[in-house]
Amino acid sequence: MQRDLARQFLYDIELARRFEQAAAEQYAQGNIAGFLHLYPGEEAVAVGTLRAADVGDYVVSTYREHVHALVRGIPAGAVMAELFGRSGGCSGGYGGSMHLFDRERRFLGGYAIVGETFPVATGVAYWLRMNEASDVALCYFGDGAVNQGTFHESLNMAALWKLPVLFICENNHYQIGTEIHRHSALAEVYQRACAYGIDSRRVDGMDVLAVYEETREALHYVRDGHGPCLLECETYRYRGHSMADAGAYRSALEVAELRARDPLLTFTQRALEAGWVTQEEADEMGARAGREVEAAVAFAEQSPPPTQLDKDVYVRPLDLYRGDA
Amino acid sequence: MKRSHNDHAGLIAPASAAAELQVWEALNLALNEAMAVDDAVFVLGEDVGVYGGSYRVTQGLYARYGEWRVRDTPISEGSFTGLGVGAALVGGRPVVEIMTVNFALLALDAIVNMAAKLRYMSGGQLRVPLVVRMPGGVAHQLAAQHSQRLEHMLMNVPGLRIVAPGTPQDSYWQLRQAIRHDDPVIVLEHELLYFDKGTFDHAAGAPPLHAAAVRRPGRDLTLIAWHRMVQVAQQAAERLAGEGIEAEVIDLRSLRPIDLPLLRESLGRTHRALVVEEDCRFAGAGAEIVAALTEAAFFDLDAPLRRVAAADVPTPYNGELERASIPDVDAVIEAARGILPA
Ligand SMILES: Cc1ncc(C[n+]2csc(CCOP(=O)(O)OP(=O)(O)O)c2C)c(N)n1
Ligand SMILES: [Mg+2]
Repeated sequence: MQRDLARQFLYDIELARRFEQAAAEQYAQGNIAGFLHLYPGEEAVAVGTLRAADVGDYVVSTYREHVHALVRGIPAGAVMAELFGRSGGCSGGYGGSMHLFDRERRFLGGYAIVGETFPVATGVAYWLRMNEASDVALCYFGDGAVNQGTFHESLNMAALWKLPVLFICENNHYQIGTEIHRHSALAEVYQRACAYGIDSRRVDGMDVLAVYEETREALHYVRDGHGPCLLECETYRYRGHSMADAGAYRSALEVAELRARDPLLTFTQRALEAGWVTQEEADEMGARAGREVEAAVAFAEQSPPPTQLDKDVYVRPLDLYRGDA
Repeated sequence: MKRSHNDHAGLIAPASAAAELQVWEALNLALNEAMAVDDAVFVLGEDVGVYGGSYRVTQGLYARYGEWRVRDTPISEGSFTGLGVGAALVGGRPVVEIMTVNFALLALDAIVNMAAKLRYMSGGQLRVPLVVRMPGGVAHQLAAQHSQRLEHMLMNVPGLRIVAPGTPQDSYWQLRQAIRHDDPVIVLEHELLYFDKGTFDHAAGAPPLHAAAVRRPGRDLTLIAWHRMVQVAQQAAERLAGEGIEAEVIDLRSLRPIDLPLLRESLGRTHRALVVEEDCRFAGAGAEIVAALTEAAFFDLDAPLRRVAAADVPTPYNGELERASIPDVDAVIEAARGILPA
């Protein structure tokens, strides 16, 4: 384990945790509206997978994607400003929390309809394969999404044509208030991949190192032209499904048990033991992440709102369009 | 234009001069030429490759361009249309064929929630240069699940463009322009028009993608139609001409946007109009056309705008009932009499 990488993980998780905390506060203050889905508890998944990916790989994520965006390198200010609905947001204030985009960074959303990430990522991978590119499409989805038709349809096509897509299940065991054993006949998501002859694996999604290592292997496999792979990351969200959910369907004990395996806690411990960071450095990292989040909120606050209602509905105005062919 | 004899692949060969072509041949030519000039263009759908397309539109393309650019898909409309969206986001120009509009209901999420919204939601960063072709309409006793016209469902979706070519000339040019366009374009085809013949003249050039066309000039009333109803309107106009009534027939060719300037111009002359539509009356395309013209040209009108539309029923299987469910020439003439001076 490289020291630099470990420190990167630590900083990523600190930033993620603090960013989401700040988002919750801003929501409570009325600066953020709409649906807001937070990520605390699940950080090791986004951090471990995205740090294992190349900059050329495409990211297709769900509505619970703030942390994916941050790890991809979208400035925290641009993410927070998007949550605020401001023009400085990474989608100009037109998308919001569930629709973060950054074309330059190959961050293709932000999809709020459960199950949409499958066909989009499969399409990206189709194009990559058709052009013999070495990039991979990373497709994120929750445990609840695997019962959508698009899961099966897209896995079938991705396997049939050996497309370079890595399917990453963020299995937090809940689809809003429905626990996985109550929504899936087979709770082992990774086992479903065999129906399409897709190589799959399961990893402890609270362990950022394990996620990172498994993702690296999976990406090698996919990049080598073997076709898609599915990686199931078993994780947990501490908060409710969204800010509108108090999470009454879970026992305090269950949450406490999972919190004991907290990725921030356990990885900090591990980094200290391995000598990758000193306690002082770890504290300083947390403080630095805190300052980055404060600056992000300040940026969002001063960013002006978008004003043009009909901006970019179309590439060209919706007139009769005299186009060449 | 004639089919070239030495082309074993079955592709339609372009001719140098104007020639007779069927609608499917014009579409085939458009796809072939678009694919020849731009490697980003690829087609996908059920049986578009080895089989050559349910209505022969993609015939010969597989042999020429290979499986990656002419992709036979499983029966997964939702996901292969969504696949088209994903590929379009990163540089592709996919042309998705949905076997018929009826099956497009399974692809509505990809069309409505993705293709139409991604550019806007991304603050203008993304483009979705996707074409989705789909034949529809009442054909020959295919029963309710295979006889729908769904234009009204898609017309209400900002972010989409919808064209409805009915002739070889329009089929060629509108498909070529749709493929070149950076917005998602729905190309509605009609199942009964594929084997219609018409003059195709490449040299005549492309009309604007969304422009309507006057098929028959007239001074007494305007008949507004698209797809197969243009022919019904034209036949009605001919019979009315026998009684000294000159109806103008407009082929809309595009349903989003609609060429309102041309319709207003026509109304300025005729002061009376009838929409002839094959889709069900309630909340159909005709409702929008009538409302828009009422708002824009009320004081030009000498009579209420009217619609001749399909009955508000699922399409029956029985042939007699099926014919009775959609407008015919008699229905158009009767409705026309209702708004003409006595
Ligand atoms: C097609 C669709 N159905 C329902 C919803 C409402 N909904 C939003 S998130 C969600 C649960 C999804 O659970 P999961 O896939 O496990 O993701 P998680 O939120 O746990 O990350 C539901 C039902 C939706 N957005 N899209
Ligand atoms: Mg879940």
